[in-house]
Amino acid sequence: MNTLINGLCLGGIYALIALGYTMVYGIAKMLNFAHGDIIMVGAYAVYTTLALTGHTVPAVIVAVIVCTLLGVLTERVAYRPLRGASPLAVLITAIGVSYLLQSVSQLIFGAGTIPVSIGNWGTLELMGISISISSLLTLGLCVVIMVGLSLFITRTKAGTAMLAVSEDRAAASLMGINVNGIITLTFAIGSALAACASVFYLMQIPAVSPTLGAMPGIKAFTAAVIGGIGSIPGAMVGGILLGVIEKVCSSIPVLAPYTTAIEFGLLILILMVRPTGLMGKTRREKV
Amino acid sequence: MKKFKLKHWINYMILLALAVPFSVIAFTGTVKGSTSLMLTQIAYSIVLAVSLNLVVGFLGELSLGHAGFMCAGAYIGCFTANYLHTVIPDPTVVLILSMVVGGLAAALFGFIIGLPTLRLKGDYLAIVTLAFGEIIRTVFMNQEIFGGALGLTTKKYGKTLFVIAFVMAIFTVFVTQNLMKSKHGRAIQAIRDNEIAARAMGVNVTYYKLAVFVIAAFFAGIAGVIYGHNTTPVDYGFFSFNYSVEILVMVVLGGMGNITGSVLSAILLTFINIQLTTKLSGDLAALKYLIYALILIVAVIWNNAPALRKVRARFGLQRLIEIIVHKFKGHRLKEEGGMEAPSTADWSKVPTKIPMDALLSTDIVPEQSVKEEGDKK
Repeated sequence: MNTLINGLCLGGIYALIALGYTMVYGIAKMLNFAHGDIIMVGAYAVYTTLALTGHTVPAVIVAVIVCTLLGVLTERVAYRPLRGASPLAVLITAIGVSYLLQSVSQLIFGAGTIPVSIGNWGTLELMGISISISSLLTLGLCVVIMVGLSLFITRTKAGTAMLAVSEDRAAASLMGINVNGIITLTFAIGSALAACASVFYLMQIPAVSPTLGAMPGIKAFTAAVIGGIGSIPGAMVGGILLGVIEKVCSSIPVLAPYTTAIEFGLLILILMVRPTGLMGKTRREKV
Repeated sequence: MKKFKLKHWINYMILLALAVPFSVIAFTGTVKGSTSLMLTQIAYSIVLAVSLNLVVGFLGELSLGHAGFMCAGAYIGCFTANYLHTVIPDPTVVLILSMVVGGLAAALFGFIIGLPTLRLKGDYLAIVTLAFGEIIRTVFMNQEIFGGALGLTTKKYGKTLFVIAFVMAIFTVFVTQNLMKSKHGRAIQAIRDNEIAARAMGVNVTYYKLAVFVIAAFFAGIAGVIYGHNTTPVDYGFFSFNYSVEILVMVVLGGMGNITGSVLSAILLTFINIQLTTKLSGDLAALKYLIYALILIVAVIWNNAPALRKVRARFGLQRLIEIIVHKFKGHRLKEEGGMEAPSTADWSKVPTKIPMDALLSTDIVPEQSVKEEGDKK
């Protein structure tokens, strides 16, 4: 039971990250490989602010601001010049950006792992099982953020514009939608989600290192692909599925060393059966 | 009589220029241990870069699992070598046999990975190769028979390993270059440029994609065996995603679809890499990845950004070489325009989609026609 809740919690984090991947893919038609490293930068922002002020709230705010700016900046500098170039070129640039962020933060903060204590609020006894409050908080906030995002996309003007751009970029620009602006907005939202994910991630694993973002990034990316990249509910389902599988596998001793292999194996299996992912067909919901 | 063409021979000339003097030194006198390690590393980097170029540059699919194939080759090949040493006394024969075994094992993995990729393209394929690379690594790491987390210990070959390594590098270049000149190579490049058109012309797309994957994996496996005998014990941590990216950096820096470029950049990057890792310690080692990152970003934007097309035609390296060559031959220069090499293909776009999207997108001036004129030739 505890494993399941931990899994759901991790799944929520993966889902948040996967949302960033899937939104950018849906709108800019590119894989933002550097997304995982934006989480890492967010974690360092949290760490720095905590060290300076000692409060959690400003740390979270600073992380969100830093990540959003960083997301917009990378889009501006690295990806925009390549709009219209081959997807392979964009993908390779994104890998480059990912390495850039990792190496710069290693130069600034060092390669070592720095412990960060954020939000240890003890545990809650519920029907005989003890659940840590930070897990509950993570789970709850993940759900709130996801619902908020869905509402934003379906109910606001900017959200509808995003849907339009993802549907048909040319037609959207003919309708007077500022395509570049929408893409920048997408990067901003995706990076802000990454910042939230970094805070939740630190609640689960309270330590930062320059490679912190790499593995969750790849896992969340896998989750987005499993769910059908470009589809928002797909990202949520994929993320939660992957999180639960990871926690369940690592709790069984025989399977534990193969956890990563099992997760990627699932990805390959699903792609073999459904090349566009679980919810890839439901194009109406994609962003 | 066949005319001597520089571009057909330049790769061999580079490799021999590097290998022969050191081989002479190694066999007659003494060569420093670190030099021989570096030469071996350069040789297997060339094998890796050229074989990855086959997938990325010529087939036009991104593979992020090249280190995974290398891992399979290294573990199985070195395991075989350890066994063969008890049977066959001659170490060179053992090494060559184990290379064949390691290469075939990696090729088998390439086949297994190639099968699902037949349905996938582009970004999906990239993530699947990444996933497979990680799976291969995890599986080998957890086998006690291969030394588990400690790695697999191999027999040291001493200072002449690089001679065999360079022979393999020349073999790789030979196979790749001749494959690409053949009708099969043209078919592979046709798939890159336009898969649907290639299919319509009767190219067996499935067959060629699978073949390219298997061949590239085979060479990666050979490189793995060389690595395994250069660095002992075989360390699973080496074959991470980072190393796949390192190989990709070599291919991108050298130019996708350019074998000479891959050879040169493999030599250059390996050299820089060794210099950096020996000179820098601790956190400054991140500088290496900073340099890689900048190379990737700058090289790709320079070569692919639609807005830089004019600048590139004017000041690009290709233009520079052309100017020098033409001066040399005393020919008059062609007018510019159409200088653009038929670069990386737009493989994810169906032809019917290209014009609308490209012409109406706010960033792109309709330069499509210019490029097509260049391609026609």
